[in-house]
Amino acid sequence: MTQPPRGSAAPPPGPAVPGPPAAPPRSAPVPAQRPGGAPAAPPPPRRRTAFAEGVDRLRAAAVTEPGRLRIIGALLAVLVVAFGAVTAWQMNERAAAADDVLSRSQPLSSAAAGIYRSLAEANTAASSGFLAGGQETEDSRTRYDKGIRAAAEGLVTAAANSEPKSPAARTIGELNRLLPEYKGLVERARTYNRQGFPVGGAYLRYANEKMQKEMLPAAEDLYTKENQRLSADYGDAEPYPWAAIALGLVLLAALAWAQHRHYRRTNRVLNHGLVAATAASAIVLVWLVVGHGVARAHLTDSYEHGVRSLNALNEARIASLKARGNENLTLVSRGAETTKADGRTYDSYDLAFGKNMDALGTALAEAGRLADDKAGAQPVAAANRDMTEWKKRHASAREQDENGNYQQALDLVIGGDGATAECFDGVDAALATALGHEKAEFERAAGDGLDAMGYLPQGAGVLAALGAAGALIGIGRRLSEYR
Amino acid sequence: MRPGADAAVRWEGVPVGAVPGKGGVRMRAQRLRTGLRGWGGVGAMALACALAVLAALLLPMVHSHGADGARPDDGGRGAAHGSRARAAQECTDPEKQTLAPSGDDGPTIDEIRSRKGGKRKLVVGVDQNSYRWGYRDPNSGGDARLEGFDIDLAHRIAKDVLGDADAVQFKAIPTDQRIPAIQDGRVDMVVRTMTINCDRLQDVAFSAPYFRTGQQVLAPKSSKITGYDRSLAGTEICTAAGSTALSTLEQDQKDGKLPEGVDLRTTVPNQLDCLVRLQLGEVDAVVTDGALAASQAAQDPTVELKGDAFTTEYYGVAMKKDADDLVRRVNRVLEQWRADRAGGWQHSYDRWLSETMDDAAKSLPPTPQYLRGS
Repeated sequence: MTQPPRGSAAPPPGPAVPGPPAAPPRSAPVPAQRPGGAPAAPPPPRRRTAFAEGVDRLRAAAVTEPGRLRIIGALLAVLVVAFGAVTAWQMNERAAAADDVLSRSQPLSSAAAGIYRSLAEANTAASSGFLAGGQETEDSRTRYDKGIRAAAEGLVTAAANSEPKSPAARTIGELNRLLPEYKGLVERARTYNRQGFPVGGAYLRYANEKMQKEMLPAAEDLYTKENQRLSADYGDAEPYPWAAIALGLVLLAALAWAQHRHYRRTNRVLNHGLVAATAASAIVLVWLVVGHGVARAHLTDSYEHGVRSLNALNEARIASLKARGNENLTLVSRGAETTKADGRTYDSYDLAFGKNMDALGTALAEAGRLADDKAGAQPVAAANRDMTEWKKRHASAREQDENGNYQQALDLVIGGDGATAECFDGVDAALATALGHEKAEFERAAGDGLDAMGYLPQGAGVLAALGAAGALIGIGRRLSEYR
Repeated sequence: MRPGADAAVRWEGVPVGAVPGKGGVRMRAQRLRTGLRGWGGVGAMALACALAVLAALLLPMVHSHGADGARPDDGGRGAAHGSRARAAQECTDPEKQTLAPSGDDGPTIDEIRSRKGGKRKLVVGVDQNSYRWGYRDPNSGGDARLEGFDIDLAHRIAKDVLGDADAVQFKAIPTDQRIPAIQDGRVDMVVRTMTINCDRLQDVAFSAPYFRTGQQVLAPKSSKITGYDRSLAGTEICTAAGSTALSTLEQDQKDGKLPEGVDLRTTVPNQLDCLVRLQLGEVDAVVTDGALAASQAAQDPTVELKGDAFTTEYYGVAMKKDADDLVRRVNRVLEQWRADRAGGWQHSYDRWLSETMDDAAKSLPPTPQYLRGS
């Protein structure tokens, strides 16, 4: 502001001294009495390039005040438009990324977790059905059907939102191929079970192998990929729009300088057009900084309290499903699969069950730490209580099985009152509640973030157009004084 | 000859590489030593050659012996299968290598009886997937009890040892885990359609035989396969990992007795899994014991046994190698079981197997002989 008009942008070439408003042209090689008018066809001996001619004309214009005013006006207008455009572009990108977080990548990450969960649920239900004998219970059949249906629906959603030929699309295709195969095996198992043939059990083992070795790893892979995409979208939405901010500051400085120059030359304090341009630019800049800052805070909040909680809860739910599946398989296999560790022989499925329960404990502890309100913490605490009870009941079921009381062990696992099935259902229901709550939290925070950026690109565009018009009008008014 | 020569070269190569010594007397001594070693190498090579020639001369004899037993439609002494590696140990008639029956207690039986509370049970390794041998009826309405021919025998042994037929803990064991389970002490015995053979006798002790069977081919009725013969050319055959079927087929393939292009790569934990593979069209045929093949055919009317059994095998109860008292005790139980007309061998056969197998006389093993001294 205190900067002297000399030595700033668009330096006047030669000994141009800021003189009175009407400075007559001096030492002009080309007649330029009518600046901006039609070129007066200079008679040079040789034709010169258009660029060289343009530079000459500009140099000629720069020595007259109207010429300088024209240049200043043009530069200001260009700066305002550029500021508006860069702001709109950068904020549009961030808003799109935030929108992706809210309406695409997070739902897809949830959908992938859902696919995994549904598959594991169906498989666990199928093995429970087998444990119960040929006549499946209504409950296990419903669960199996629900799992398969949810997995199929989840795959359709995931397929619709994946980019063609991407790794995620390939994984989805693979799962789409395996699901009917798996279902076919389970159907055969059911048929043979009903006829009383043990080959039904063999089919179920084969189906389980397909699920454990091919489908669940693929679903886990999909979940990992979708989570990476979610992180990438967050990464695109959160960085400050530095280019727009810097351009805005340069623009404000230029406007200030132009007004200061105006004041020095005319003693007039306010040029309405320039003031309007300054106001518009300042509004855009403030809107930009505050809007993005608020959006960023909301997005960070949605990540810290939404996504991280959701991830922990999804992990807990998957761990509990895996644990339930392994608990069932311990009984289905009757000690057929063993693993050696530290010189001791363990039942492979029971060993896996222990690991799954540890994972469940860790994920629940994490979810409890992340839960930031009572509505979020309560279901996690309930899941924790059920898990503790589950471990206790599981231990007594194992003891029965170790003592050869298979039937009692079976009753303790898939029976009614006092069976581990109750605890598993409790954990699952509590986690579903917690997931619902955290999902709402996430949507609220991410939605607020998106709203904070809403209309910013459009607003920046409109205000920039107004600002550019203001600058041109302001300069035009001064210019008209030379006519 | 190649393996012997290779071994000699490798054996010789090490000291030569270590020669760079410091000089003087030591170096001369070293050279002398390497010189001797060099001769040692030549000697080893000569020995290897001699052994290889000897083996080459002996092998055809062993083979021809095996071939006798393996010829289809023979039904004779095929039990020498898989025993070639130990031919030198003169293992013939492995089903007779067991101890005479006795009701005396010993350390193994005392240990089982000393188990406390809920653990006072005989731990028996069984199969839960062999239809009518050891399986859980899926339609038992939530009743998880295992049943079948093998299970009857296990209950009978438990009644004799612990006085309670239900004092048994059944552990399901995959085919290739039967021997490790006994050796690790995870089970007291294995009653699981387990063939007595010379290889296994190295690791476990067997009771007297309680059932006679032989390897047979199972294939879809519509298949062109006619039995264990040339019609198997270019087919994929499924076997259970660690089964006598697999070792027999591998040996026959090595000996060039299997037709061209037979693919044995599909092995499964349990013979019943082979029926799944067969139904899904992943393999063309299954080779397993005739008794088990019959139980597979009983579950699927579109498959059948092709040709006759091409080996003769005997099922026995497997126990720890040093559990002499238990072996004698089980042999006494088996004697009583055979003699018991009301609830014994014949009764169990009629109940479980007569539907799927034709003639009990073919399955009843000959009167046991007890040739093992101690």
